Amino acid sequence: MTEATIQFKHVQKRFGDNLVLPDLSFQIKRGEFVTILGTSGSGKTTTLKMINGLWQPSAGEILIDGKNINQLDLVKLRRHMGYVVQQIGLFPHMTIAQNIAVVPKLLQWDQARINARVEELLKLVQLDPNEYANRYPTQLSGGQQQRVGVARALATNPSYVLFDEPFGALDALTREELQGEIKQIHESLTDKTFMFVTHDINEALFLGQRVMVMHQGRIEQFASPAEIVRHPATPFVKKLLGTVRQNQELWREQDE
Amino acid sequence: MSDYWNANWPTMLEDMQQHLTIVLSALGAALIIAVIVILLCLHHERWLSGLTYFFSLLYSIPSFAFFALLLPLSGLGMRTAIIVLTLYAEYVLLRSFITGIQGVDPQLVEVASGMGMTSRQTFWKVQFPLALPAIFSGLQVALASTMAMATIVATINAGGLGQLLFEGLQGQQVVPILWGTILTMVLTLGCAGILWLIERACTHRWRRVLKA
Repeated sequence: MTEATIQFKHVQKRFGDNLVLPDLSFQIKRGEFVTILGTSGSGKTTTLKMINGLWQPSAGEILIDGKNINQLDLVKLRRHMGYVVQQIGLFPHMTIAQNIAVVPKLLQWDQARINARVEELLKLVQLDPNEYANRYPTQLSGGQQQRVGVARALATNPSYVLFDEPFGALDALTREELQGEIKQIHESLTDKTFMFVTHDINEALFLGQRVMVMHQGRIEQFASPAEIVRHPATPFVKKLLGTVRQNQELWREQDE
Repeated sequence: MSDYWNANWPTMLEDMQQHLTIVLSALGAALIIAVIVILLCLHHERWLSGLTYFFSLLYSIPSFAFFALLLPLSGLGMRTAIIVLTLYAEYVLLRSFITGIQGVDPQLVEVASGMGMTSRQTFWKVQFPLALPAIFSGLQVALASTMAMATIVATINAGGLGQLLFEGLQGQQVVPILWGTILTMVLTLGCAGILWLIERACTHRWRRVLKA
């Protein structure tokens, strides 16, 4: 199945006088891992938050599975759309197991099924359930908390998972480890559509099957990582790639 | 001191019991009103700030003026006392409850709704439990101030420990005043302790972890 599952048609978003997204159109296919890359203020998070209806477009249409988002029950939609955010997304007054169980509880699963699912998910994100299930978020490291965030988003086996700069506050090593895991999770689960917002170009190129480069509310380029590196479409994309080159040159000098 | 106690302890215990009844009734009523107001106005910030402003005005009315205004409506006695103390406590409770609920990290509230909680579920599962520490500190302040203020209702025949104070003032005796003060403090500390135990039972597990 390759039909578009998320589609933006001439979407515009303004906050007061501030026009954040002038005119945004794109399509995401089922099962794709798409990264949205942009600087702060590029409108990437705004775009993500419109997919789960946290923000409404000022004009234009958003279609999820072919249906206009205005006609969908947002509460129901969100329960089947995982959502991972930066840093403090976990509820501090709930244990790890309770955090993961939030949406299953909302959907009134029985306790045995919830327990089994929590255990399965903690193993998937490589945390020992016996050790971590009954701890509180503050007792975990940043990387472990973010693992729980991912597990929580996958709790009800949603078709979509939205990531809003989930690894932004982690150190480089933990970050790389988690990137590898998230990519592997996407490959192991079929038909899951991942949308991943980041300002880190290496992360965007490593994770995304397609990368959407945004700048000042517009899409500069939306293509595969290889295509972007080989044929940057605009001066802005070229400049972004330049930042990576700069580092590579530094390394090369050291090697010589 | 002990002679006074030996001679008067049955009346003094009765005063204490009246005092406790007045304070707990006022606090209970204030708590119920605060919860109703917040549940009704949670998503109407203007109403909420309007009401808080209204209660802050009531708070600034001197208690004697309040009693005088209410006399034609509810007469002398406990009823008027409880109404006035409720209105005073209301301001403290509303303010601290609102601050507590608004102090919950807005990102957590957004995540809750992004995960598919309705606004009611977000309130009960996220905002309310995280606001509990602020709610309990508001209750403690309201408790202590109502306990102290309740001594004045003896002037409108509502009873309570204020009777000892006024007896001492009128007869120029120190001992009843001291007893009135001590017993008010005993009641306050006792109730504050119970409240603290309830708070601990509600939030102990995750807050202990936060402090560590």
